[in-house]
Amino acid sequence: MKSILKKIYIALIILFLYAPIGTLIILSFNESKTRAKWGGFTFKWYISLFQNEEILRALFNTLLIAFASSLTATVIGTVACIAMMAMKRRTKSILMGITNIPMLNADIVTGISLMLLYISLGIRFGMGTILLSHITFNIPYVILSVMPRVRQLNISTYEAALDLGASHITAFFKVMFPDLLPGILSGFLMAFTMSLDDFIITHFTKGVGVDTLSTKIYTEIKKGIKPEMYALSALIFITVLTLLVLINLSPTDKNKTDKSRAKAE
Amino acid sequence: MKKYRIHHTKQIIITLALLSAVTFCGCSSTDKGINGQVIVYNWGEYIDPETIRMFEEETGIKVIYDEFETNESMYPKVESGAVAYDIACPSDYMISRMIQNGMLSELDYSKMPNVKKNIGAQYFDQSKGFDPDNKYSIPYCWGTVGILYNKTMVDEPITRWEQLWDEKYADNILMQDSVRDAFMVAEKLNGFSMNTLDPDELAIAKNSLIEQKPLIQAYVVDQVRDKMIGGEAAIGVIYSGEAIYTQRENSNLVYVIPEEGTNVWIDSWVILKNAPNKENAEKFIDFMCREDIALLNFEYITYSTPNEAARELIEEEDIKNSEIAFPDLSQYDNLETYVYLGEEGDSLYNELWKEVKAY
Repeated sequence: MKSILKKIYIALIILFLYAPIGTLIILSFNESKTRAKWGGFTFKWYISLFQNEEILRALFNTLLIAFASSLTATVIGTVACIAMMAMKRRTKSILMGITNIPMLNADIVTGISLMLLYISLGIRFGMGTILLSHITFNIPYVILSVMPRVRQLNISTYEAALDLGASHITAFFKVMFPDLLPGILSGFLMAFTMSLDDFIITHFTKGVGVDTLSTKIYTEIKKGIKPEMYALSALIFITVLTLLVLINLSPTDKNKTDKSRAKAE
Repeated sequence: MKKYRIHHTKQIIITLALLSAVTFCGCSSTDKGINGQVIVYNWGEYIDPETIRMFEEETGIKVIYDEFETNESMYPKVESGAVAYDIACPSDYMISRMIQNGMLSELDYSKMPNVKKNIGAQYFDQSKGFDPDNKYSIPYCWGTVGILYNKTMVDEPITRWEQLWDEKYADNILMQDSVRDAFMVAEKLNGFSMNTLDPDELAIAKNSLIEQKPLIQAYVVDQVRDKMIGGEAAIGVIYSGEAIYTQRENSNLVYVIPEEGTNVWIDSWVILKNAPNKENAEKFIDFMCREDIALLNFEYITYSTPNEAARELIEEEDIKNSEIAFPDLSQYDNLETYVYLGEEGDSLYNELWKEVKAY
């Protein structure tokens, strides 16, 4: 009895989480443009999606901005964490407080204040301003996920490397970096998804004719969102799902092989 | 330990300098056509992209095209001056607000011969509600707000707003979830102007809306379209531009302009006060008023075009003579356009609307 209830509970959670996405994927194959009518099965929205230059350009912009901004933010954030390591406790906690504020701040406040800043500095609005803004709001997320790793770092190993004749840069990349890598990677991924998701900040800081997927979809509100967008969202969802499955499969495989190797020894 | 810190500071500074150099390089990209550029700010999905390509090819002017989703989100972006737009395409009441705030530049019709030649005079007359001397705006798309009903779900033809208060249709009525459109219905029902600021009239309109509330299935915006096609409601308040599309999907749907009168909305081209490329902007608007271009746009957007010459070119007879797409405005004497009510007026309406929604 208990186990049946457990299963129902899990099923309900999954239903609530995935029913909307499921609906979207089904609608992306709907011949009719309206959700109210099933016009038959078709791939035509997928075909017209790949012929629609504007959507593809928006997709390209989105991915480019997400990639460039999260990469830059990862570098800056990691460097900041290492710098903070050598600081006094007081300064460190003050700095951590400062980097945490933008995360708690409402997006709309960040967006408008960035827009005003750019206007007063006379910076031309375009891809560059979106990129700068995304780097800005991504840095705290990187710091948040790298910082715990930095705390666990054993500085003696780094100093040992120096004593053994390694240069600072070699010592950093050979000794410190591998220890930090998991934190850096998860920081990068978090920054990437944050950038992919963002609408409000992009809306306020984008220049003319530059659109990301989120701003593009939003402009379609007046005339109704086109089914091409369903198709694109379905593709993105499936890509992310495959990636997640791959990522989650590989470590267990590695553990298994490690274990079997240990047994053999 | 000290040495170690200094080295890191150096590295950090170098990295930061490199990064900022990389990011700022990406900022300055100015691509211009051989004859300069024009920056256009229009509704999303409100133009056939092909026409922009044709314009660029014919004139050598590069079009930088940007889109907005509501009048309210367009206004602050234009006002902030973050980008110096040349042309925008706001709706009636927003145009009157922009005129009042001195944000628009006067038009020179002599440079745009297609405008007076092709755009019907009645649309300029209708525009006088928000642009009294037709000095600032040129109609691009227009339509009415009316009732869409499913003839299999009602007993008699629907012809009046009054019938939205009929208890027979309880839970079968869809109202627009926007202040001005909802109040417009109630004001017209009571015979008032849709731009009234008279507190007594507004109180009566508010009470009508409250009285109607139990009969409403939902206050919605663009779901009216899908819900009516799916037969989920019998009667809905809808924009005429959507009506033709919904009828194609479900032939039981009928669109009417209510006898008490209704709102005529017009989205018009305007040139902004500080437009950096004014001459190119005039060329762009003139090009969009050319009959073949207006026809392409009409077919793409499917909202009524004020371009009479383009209407003549429509091949499908039933669309060309459609009462929905092209109602004869002279038949009605109670059609109005929205006017900007000022900040106080806006907040008064919003306050009353909140009372209705919270009731």
